[in-house]
Amino acid sequence: MAEGIAAPALQPPLLRLESITKSFGPVPALREVSLDIRAGEVLALIGENGAGKSTLMKVLSGAHRPDGGSVEMNGHPLALSGPLAARKAGIAMIYQELTLAPHLTVEENVTLGLEEGRCGFLQSQGAKVSAALALLGREDISPRQKAGSLTIARQQVVEIARAIVSNARVVIMDEPTSSLSKEDKEALFRVIRKLREEGIAVVYISHFLEEVNEIADRYTILRDGESVCEGVIADSTPESLVEQMIGRKLDDMYPHPSHQIGETVLTVQGVEGSPLPRGISFDLGRGEIFGIFGLVGAGRTELARAIFGLDSVKAGVIELASGARITLAGLTPLGALQGGLDYLSENRKDEGLAQNLSITENTTLSAIRKTSRFGFLNMNAEQAAADNCTKKLGVRCANTNQPVNALSGGNQQKVVLARMIHHDSDIFLMDEPTRGIDVGSKHEIYELIQSLAASGKSVIMISSYLPELIGTCHSLAVMHRGILSGKRGANDWNEREIMLYATTGKN
Amino acid sequence: MTTLSAPTTNWRSLLLPFIGLLFVFGLFTALIAIFKPENLDAFLSSKNAKTIITQTVIVGVGALGMTMVITSGGIDLSAGSQIALTSVACAMTLNGFADGDPASIGALGMTVAVFAAMAAGAATGAFNGSVSCFLKIPPFIVTLGTMMIARGVAEGIAKQSQVRTPDNTLQTFMLRNPEPEWLFFAPGVWIMIALLVVVGVTMRYTILGRYIYALGSSESTARLCGIPVTKCRILIYTLCGILMGISGVMSYAFLGSGDPTTAVAKELDIIAAVVIGGGSLSGGQGSPIGSIAGALIMTLLVSGCSMLNVEDYNQKIIIGLIIIGAVAVDMWKTRRQAAA
Repeated sequence: MAEGIAAPALQPPLLRLESITKSFGPVPALREVSLDIRAGEVLALIGENGAGKSTLMKVLSGAHRPDGGSVEMNGHPLALSGPLAARKAGIAMIYQELTLAPHLTVEENVTLGLEEGRCGFLQSQGAKVSAALALLGREDISPRQKAGSLTIARQQVVEIARAIVSNARVVIMDEPTSSLSKEDKEALFRVIRKLREEGIAVVYISHFLEEVNEIADRYTILRDGESVCEGVIADSTPESLVEQMIGRKLDDMYPHPSHQIGETVLTVQGVEGSPLPRGISFDLGRGEIFGIFGLVGAGRTELARAIFGLDSVKAGVIELASGARITLAGLTPLGALQGGLDYLSENRKDEGLAQNLSITENTTLSAIRKTSRFGFLNMNAEQAAADNCTKKLGVRCANTNQPVNALSGGNQQKVVLARMIHHDSDIFLMDEPTRGIDVGSKHEIYELIQSLAASGKSVIMISSYLPELIGTCHSLAVMHRGILSGKRGANDWNEREIMLYATTGKN
Repeated sequence: MTTLSAPTTNWRSLLLPFIGLLFVFGLFTALIAIFKPENLDAFLSSKNAKTIITQTVIVGVGALGMTMVITSGGIDLSAGSQIALTSVACAMTLNGFADGDPASIGALGMTVAVFAAMAAGAATGAFNGSVSCFLKIPPFIVTLGTMMIARGVAEGIAKQSQVRTPDNTLQTFMLRNPEPEWLFFAPGVWIMIALLVVVGVTMRYTILGRYIYALGSSESTARLCGIPVTKCRILIYTLCGILMGISGVMSYAFLGSGDPTTAVAKELDIIAAVVIGGGSLSGGQGSPIGSIAGALIMTLLVSGCSMLNVEDYNQKIIIGLIIIGAVAVDMWKTRRQAAA
């Protein structure tokens, strides 16, 4: 909890949204949403995917025009007629996908659209940019560096600097930590606190309630397009927030595994990548859920991709239950799928799904021979298979001919899982299966993983969210700089040991 | 959000490309009726319809191959050169069979010549696909190179002149009024229609077709789903080459000789036809029937403009505007769908 918040409730709101409504066709996305944001506070906007957070933020940033309601800034009505109007009013949006031009320098990016010139020649604004970075406590970023050479975390700081240079008074951040490591997250929080000290209002959208607890002063919860409640973070608990978000009591977020682990179905030996991972070996039993924890960049994803034959490695062998020994250097995803492995990518948007294909087409893509004969597709069988799988997983869609890019993050992830279930492999490699999805869907995915494991499938679950690993897995290992710790039962670890290994590589 | 059932959508999407065609046809009928009423009968005559459709064959057959490539997220700039090369290959093979005795070009000779043209196209396509995949060079660059190479090879083997052949039945494939008369359209037109069915069925109802759309939509998803990406890409370019070979045979039939300098910049007409027909240069979208409609629209424009006595240079400006307009309409529709 941030220390010493000086009763922000007494301040008049800087930005006030009153009864905002917005519909797309017959579907109401926002119903009478009201929101107050005060200067110098961090307001957490919480809600499941599809609750209307993104639509609301798009209204605020001028991308969508509301059907009804009013927006006031400092007590004066504000017409958000477009992105430029929002920017001029001092509202800056930091998107989930960063929008820097990689070939331009930090300075050029920060001042993009705000260039000052004399007789048509650009004037250097390096000082202004340096000042903004200094204000954020990030003098380590040079205005002359190319944006593309910076890490994601630093690019994010540059985006925030852009907001400062353009005199933003409200900064909106959409899931800013979804691809950050713990250190980067801490650095970002320091930046956010600096913004707060400068009297800038921050709207912080996140699924991670621990984070919200750490950084936000107040919260507003959206559910089904309505603002259901607001309050002070200090007076709430994560459990109470979750219950408000999903509108029901959470008995148990994590269904603990109760079944026994069977014989070894996968042996991984000496996986050596360039440069990560380094010399990794482990066994996986039938029905086992094996969690791998690590910070971003520890080499977890590289390990999973190597085992699935997606990326080339220097060395490494896997042995399957059938007795087949496969050298990873020559393995392709096709070979891995045929060997009974399947992989859920951490990058759902670009790799997990073919975004403009339909739900049906995505569901059957990896096992298309099941619904075809002599190279010809059996469309009815495909449709039936997709309907069956999506129904089983509770994918919320108008019909399965919808393109997947029309679905929310949680529903998209369920389509990925539908494809894996349709393919019916024995071993599932799941890389961040709950990233960027709402709490309700997360819970359904945990239950699905349990039921898969109970039916004799084995799961390797990679995550940087420790509670879900401890809650869902039989066994756990931690990765640090490409090296995997010993595998232990999930109950034989404590959080301190895990974090110590993840950050230092020491037991 | 679409609530239509699948079959309805299918029929609609099949017929949709022809709405544009009907629009252009109606527009020119009106324009000619107003400004050049004396040409209206000629424009609406079955003779003119036959001419337009026959003149669409070379671009149309090429567009079918290009549709597969573009939908898979690729591009083939060597299409025009492939048509020239394969037309030369066709003519030279015929001459090989005619050795000494012009009357000896029989069914066998013609069949072999057609296959030679298809083989030459297949080889060029396989080269495009392999070089692009194995050397990891963008297809835009590879096929730009192949455009020069194939043209050079065509001119080289043809010794920089037209390859004349003795008269044979192949040369009648692009006659506006075919023998026998009950065919109504030239054999080339029927071949184009048959190929449209083959490519249409392939893209919609086969595994290969699904893979083409998946590759164009997201290559990394395709790889993750176990699709043999390299093999597929090479196959797609090879199939495209085979269709360019058939287009080359039609070019030979149309000109009556193999011409290494024919079809210069034809790839641009072909790509335009695909794009007008709803294909997306960023991949994942494309329709064989749309591409044929696109090719017909382009021929119709030329015919309509000449009936209106619009000068050649103005025709070019109009076609250019139509291409941009068609894509603009398409983008607008996509945006509207995305917002809904």
